Amino acid sequence: MVDKKMLSIWFFVGLMLTILGVIITSTGVYYIFYPQTRTALHELNPNLWWGLIILVAGIIFFVFSIIHYRSEN
Amino acid sequence: MILHISWIDWLIIALYFAFVLGIGVYLKRFTGTGEDFFLAGRRNSSWVAGLAFLSANMGALELLGMTGNTFKYGMFVAHFYWVGAIPAMLFLAIYMMPFYYSSKIHSVPGYLKLRFDEKTRVLNAIAFAFMTLLMSGINLYAMALVLRTFLGWHWDVSMWVSAVTVAGYVALGGLLSAIFTEIVQFFLIWFGLFLVTILGVVEIGGWHQVFSRLEPAMNALWSTSANAGSNGMHVTWMGIILGLGFVLSFGYWTTDFLVVQRAFSSKDLRSARMTPIVASFFKMALPFIVIFAGLIALILSRDPNAHFSLLQEGGRINYDSALPMLIARYYPQGLIGLGVTALLAGFMAGQAGNISAFNTVWTYDIYKSVINKNASDSHYVWMGRVATIAGVVISVGTAYWAKAAPSIMDYMQAIFSWVNAPLFATMLLGMFIVWITPSGAFWGLLAGMGSSFSMFLAVKLGWISATLLTLSDNASDMAANFWRAWWAWLICFIVTIVVSLFTKRKPRDELIGLIKGLTTIEKEKNLPFYKKPEAMAVIVIVIFVLLNIYFW
Repeated sequence: MVDKKMLSIWFFVGLMLTILGVIITSTGVYYIFYPQTRTALHELNPNLWWGLIILVAGIIFFVFSIIHYRSEN
Repeated sequence: MILHISWIDWLIIALYFAFVLGIGVYLKRFTGTGEDFFLAGRRNSSWVAGLAFLSANMGALELLGMTGNTFKYGMFVAHFYWVGAIPAMLFLAIYMMPFYYSSKIHSVPGYLKLRFDEKTRVLNAIAFAFMTLLMSGINLYAMALVLRTFLGWHWDVSMWVSAVTVAGYVALGGLLSAIFTEIVQFFLIWFGLFLVTILGVVEIGGWHQVFSRLEPAMNALWSTSANAGSNGMHVTWMGIILGLGFVLSFGYWTTDFLVVQRAFSSKDLRSARMTPIVASFFKMALPFIVIFAGLIALILSRDPNAHFSLLQEGGRINYDSALPMLIARYYPQGLIGLGVTALLAGFMAGQAGNISAFNTVWTYDIYKSVINKNASDSHYVWMGRVATIAGVVISVGTAYWAKAAPSIMDYMQAIFSWVNAPLFATMLLGMFIVWITPSGAFWGLLAGMGSSFSMFLAVKLGWISATLLTLSDNASDMAANFWRAWWAWLICFIVTIVVSLFTKRKPRDELIGLIKGLTTIEKEKNLPFYKKPEAMAVIVIVIFVLLNIYFW
């Protein structure tokens, strides 16, 4: 065990999901104004709501891992 | 090419590569000792180790293959996730992990050395190292094949880019890197692929429609298992329980160092025991991606109004195309990048898992055991890094070999029953029976491995019929695989017992801490009952039974 304090894996998971969530939600917003019709169920705009779910999950992991990291230091 | 990638999808894929390499660079400063590099410093919680335990097994090959298998064989494929995994994972957690973890070994062959002797350890280590490198190469080849078929990517570029990335982050951060990226992969797979199931169920018109539109041979889990001819997989309940549920599953989940290594990285015994239990919850949930996607693809392909079909290559259906075809059907730009990244992450994490297990077994069970016994800890870490690079280079060579001779893929499918099925008999006898001897274990293991390989070759070359192994008139490749594993296990079991009766035992005091009956395990006496692994295991069993009844 090393004495340096390591960022937890949940920080990296949170960071990645937050970035992905922002990108995918943004494409969903774009599709509101410029709808695509190539895919089945395109009218549901899956990018928008699935992107938001990823974003919320990412923020939860990110925020809690930062709070945990600070409390341990 | 069926998936069209835009710049936004490329951005997501590029971010993933940058991310995993960045994790490797960040973690390098925390991997100074052998304990850090090979066992991730034994500091992981059961959640981290548990998700990595599952992810090491959840490669993209499996996701594509099992979705394709569901299209071909129906609901029976769910047995791989339920009866073919859960009992074995719980057995590992409750009964075997205390001996593994408490003996402070670095690897599964390391346990064989303590319990039996050097020759049994080296036999298993060589077989395992050979298997992991082959699997890693095959994984690489399969990845390049998938990327070329579905994305039109260049063969050499996709192989080398992913191989160099994996070599980079595993050489930098060792097992810790592999575990971190496996957890990232776990979330990518759920967020990247579960949406396929959701949209598929919505399009078909609901959960019950998915089942009511299929015949019993394809939509039932057990009710068509009495007769091999009544179900899509052509296997009876006995083949499933003995071959898959007992030997293949226990052989893989309890002895395959690739997955068990994740539990060894836990911070204490309770976390190590909780590792397979945490993993089992998510293992039980995986059919909601792969099995449902396979059933959805099957229903859509039968509906002329859906205009959906799998890829055809040379007049044969490419079953592995089921999941990519669904992604192409439902995912707009942006989500395609996420779906492709999930598959890439699955491939790369699968390869990293093999490489991180290989570098440990090579360094501790072959190099340290046979070649250089008394080097410093830093030398072994250096050797681990060299083994990582060398392992990846050999994998690339294997991938090119597989490309030149695609039929070797068939041989590789059976490799688990050569190595793991007999080893489970050795472990089971070794951990629970005191009078099993080192010679018994060695000859039993050799006989089990040899017989499995011989049975495979004999069927492949047409010397015997597969129906001889499966004890039925109807033998699919899958059924033959289940039964071969069972016979290999039985041969190893019997030879180990018989040879042990006539050979010299190890002194009892050398076996303390390694065998049930001679070991006092410090269990979690002060924990409330609901935090004990046994209580969690009961919850898993209840969910497992309910799932089997619901989908009966």
